[in-house]
Amino acid sequence: MGKDVYRLTDTSIEPDALHKEVLNDHDGAITTFAGVVRDNTKGRATQYLVYDAYREMAEKKMREIGEEMKDRWEIDCVGILHGTGKMEIGDISVLIAVSSPHRKASLEACHYAIDRLKETVPIWKKEVWVDGEAWIEGDPSSAQPASMEGEE
Amino acid sequence: MKIRVLFFASCSDIVGQREQTIEIQDGSRLDDLMDAVIREHPRLEPIRSSAMVSVNQEYAEGTTALADGDEVALIPPVSGGCEPGARNSVLPKRRSRREQDG
Repeated sequence: MGKDVYRLTDTSIEPDALHKEVLNDHDGAITTFAGVVRDNTKGRATQYLVYDAYREMAEKKMREIGEEMKDRWEIDCVGILHGTGKMEIGDISVLIAVSSPHRKASLEACHYAIDRLKETVPIWKKEVWVDGEAWIEGDPSSAQPASMEGEE
Repeated sequence: MKIRVLFFASCSDIVGQREQTIEIQDGSRLDDLMDAVIREHPRLEPIRSSAMVSVNQEYAEGTTALADGDEVALIPPVSGGCEPGARNSVLPKRRSRREQDG
């Protein structure tokens, strides 16, 4: 039978393995979201990322998100994996898999999960460029990468 | 009493270590501890206004009373995941998207 998974890992994240963990015989759907390391931030070339995490609290907050999802949608199991340490372009940094008897519930719940993860789970990303690096703290969509070097 | 204080991301870079034990007067609140932390590490001052603080792995208000052995962490705005998110706040909020039973 499937189970919930809330885990930080410093090894490669494999969607197939997480699918097997969350799947139940009566499920008709698994929705998976994979966040992948991109090669640029607003056009500035990224070399690699480094993720730092408050491990114990992060896993606890992931579990709370899973419970919120189960309160809202008719889903079965929730799997959330997040990478830590150095991650290269193309690596999966975060993987969410939600199983449900019918597709709509897991589709919606999965979208909710990634949005919530970015609000409450204490994990931080450092971007390393050819010519500098910076911890991304605060809403990246309102930040200007070109000015980040001068922070702190 | 002794409080274990944890630092992450830019905070650990500034402080130069991941954790530190700080001795503080009995009866102190979280704000008092943060004052002591900033006194010791003035470069954390700019982060204080944007950071959340947790006590024993739960987000906490400055008025929270501390007890000997508590674990406190300074938590800059989080940036896990993979791409810019629609983050407005780190406070839990409920969404009105429930469109189905259960």
